[in-house]
Amino acid sequence: MLPNARPMTPLTLTAYTLVTANGRGVGPVLQALRERRSGLKPCDFEDVPLKTYIGRVEGLEDFSLGIELERFDCRNNRLAWLGLQQDGFMVAVAEAKQRYGAHRVAVVMGTSTSGILETEHAYQARDLAGSLPAWYTSRYRYTHNMFSLGHFVRACLGLRGPAMVVSTACSSSAKVFATADRLLRAGLCDAAIVGGVDSLCLTTLYGFSALQLLSSSPCRPCDEDRDGLSLGEAAGFALLESSTSVSRRGAVALLGYGESTDGYHMSHPHPEGAGAIRAIQDALGRAGLQPRDIDYVNLHGTATRVNDAVEDKAVSGIFGRMTPCSSTKGWTGHTLGAAGITEALISVLCLKHGFLPGTLNCKRIDPTLHSRILRDNDVRPVQRILSNIFGFGGNNCSLILGTLR
Amino acid sequence: MKVGIQGIGLLAAGLEGWRAGRAVLAGTGPFAPVAVPDPEAALLPPNERRRSSDCVRWALHVAREAIAQSGLDPREVPTVFASSGGEMGVIDAVCRTLAMPERVISPTLFHQSVHNTASGYWGIATSCQQSSTALSCYDDSFAAGLLEAITFVCVEQRPVLLVAYDLAVAAPLNEARPITIGFAVALVLAPPSGASFVSMHLRLEEAHQDEASRLQDPALEQVRQDNPAARSLPLLRAIATGGSQRIILSLLDSQQLVLDLDPCRN
Repeated sequence: MLPNARPMTPLTLTAYTLVTANGRGVGPVLQALRERRSGLKPCDFEDVPLKTYIGRVEGLEDFSLGIELERFDCRNNRLAWLGLQQDGFMVAVAEAKQRYGAHRVAVVMGTSTSGILETEHAYQARDLAGSLPAWYTSRYRYTHNMFSLGHFVRACLGLRGPAMVVSTACSSSAKVFATADRLLRAGLCDAAIVGGVDSLCLTTLYGFSALQLLSSSPCRPCDEDRDGLSLGEAAGFALLESSTSVSRRGAVALLGYGESTDGYHMSHPHPEGAGAIRAIQDALGRAGLQPRDIDYVNLHGTATRVNDAVEDKAVSGIFGRMTPCSSTKGWTGHTLGAAGITEALISVLCLKHGFLPGTLNCKRIDPTLHSRILRDNDVRPVQRILSNIFGFGGNNCSLILGTLR
Repeated sequence: MKVGIQGIGLLAAGLEGWRAGRAVLAGTGPFAPVAVPDPEAALLPPNERRRSSDCVRWALHVAREAIAQSGLDPREVPTVFASSGGEMGVIDAVCRTLAMPERVISPTLFHQSVHNTASGYWGIATSCQQSSTALSCYDDSFAAGLLEAITFVCVEQRPVLLVAYDLAVAAPLNEARPITIGFAVALVLAPPSGASFVSMHLRLEEAHQDEASRLQDPALEQVRQDNPAARSLPLLRAIATGGSQRIILSLLDSQQLVLDLDPCRN
């Protein structure tokens, strides 16, 4: 963002919904956060023998999308569908559609691996000539192609506005907020459905295992003995509208966002956190806020040795030792392309209900970290939260959410 | 919304580079597709170049051509990468490995499987730390990328590099996604100024039927239909032939981008 630019017009989250391993809908997720109940369990995904914990959403294996949506059937879209059904989200979208018209509501979704599990299964089912099965090839467009999730959500909601899928690895469903803001500000839509879905698959389980980044126990962000991440899956959606069209005192809104890249390495963060610092400062600038205005930082906090150390450099460099920080990955696992929306909506729950989640599974805070890491939950009013998401390709995004006065 | 075009990069069989491609598209040179030599991606450090995928090399090749024409410092330019399927070759290799009993995939292959691999390598090659997005909209990925890039330029009032690419898909994935030729294009878009050689006005409107611009040359039209990134061809042809022209790009079944082009006289 250019210096001296005016703060952005906040975008109201008129409706939102979230499904994680902690439960279906924001109610069960909130309860799990308050009761410090993790969704992580020993890996029982398909036949995967890896010694790791996962945040698997229950019930996706036996699930039908129904005849009309059958061509979209894959784990990722099943999870998307489950998300859309919670928290009265479909009703809120129907009202927005009524208000603005179906072609004035955009769909901007984030995912990193889309329905790749279908392709993994199809490769296992190749015939002797090496050909893929017909059940797969005829449905690739609706399942694995990167746009599948956007197509599916647009079809489920009956929307006809602009749509796209952002896929920048773990930052995907944080960056959807930025893209939606641009579409809204340019006047190309009046409301936007943003969100993200990522589901468990062999590629990420074996991929992170190959990178030696999977912990053999439930992940322990910011702990001095942390030894890697736990994978999870999630679906989250929000209905965004300009706060000038729906001005509601006390409503939760996106106040700012910052996007950057490291320009350093595909899978290692910049050692000084240069890209992370840029994203955080860009978000503060766009929101017209100073670091002291932020009440809580929801860390990316994956629990890998390197991420937590580098993120701490960036965060403590900007916020010093006073601003409370924590990672919520001990509850959900790292939901990859869905982490942005998951943690944005957890931040919304903190704003709404006046509490800060401590860092679950963190027993002894790494003494080399300089930020004020919260280990235990805290109950207090919260006005503004910054949420960090960093991903492969050195792709970073920070969001600032707050309560409208 | 109005933007200027300050640089173009192009790579496809018979359309190697914007200078050669422009002549073909303007009708002053023959369209003679022959296999494209593998781009060198000289921008990348040697160890990264060795490991880089075809997609990365094609995307970086056109990105560099467009940025060089614009004369802009790549470290100052945010980027938008658009591709229907992204790293299909890497995904094929990953899924083959995962179908074997041991399922041992290489860490490099894994981090190269993401949709933003080309975006990440562009950052590594140029030390750019600006915002970078990677997106998909199936066959309309170029139109979606153009929409994201133009709104970025207009909202933030700064130049943006758009890179769209899809490569030929090899067996067996070509049964699911039959793309037979590679195509990569890059545009440097900026707020209108004296540095632009074309200015472009964008309107997004509801589409009631498919009015997308096509190409008269059957061979080029075939390329347009074969590859999502080649949906850019009518726009490139309009730039090549010059004059004031209107181009329509489909965005899904219900929307279209209406682009009005005007040459800039400097």
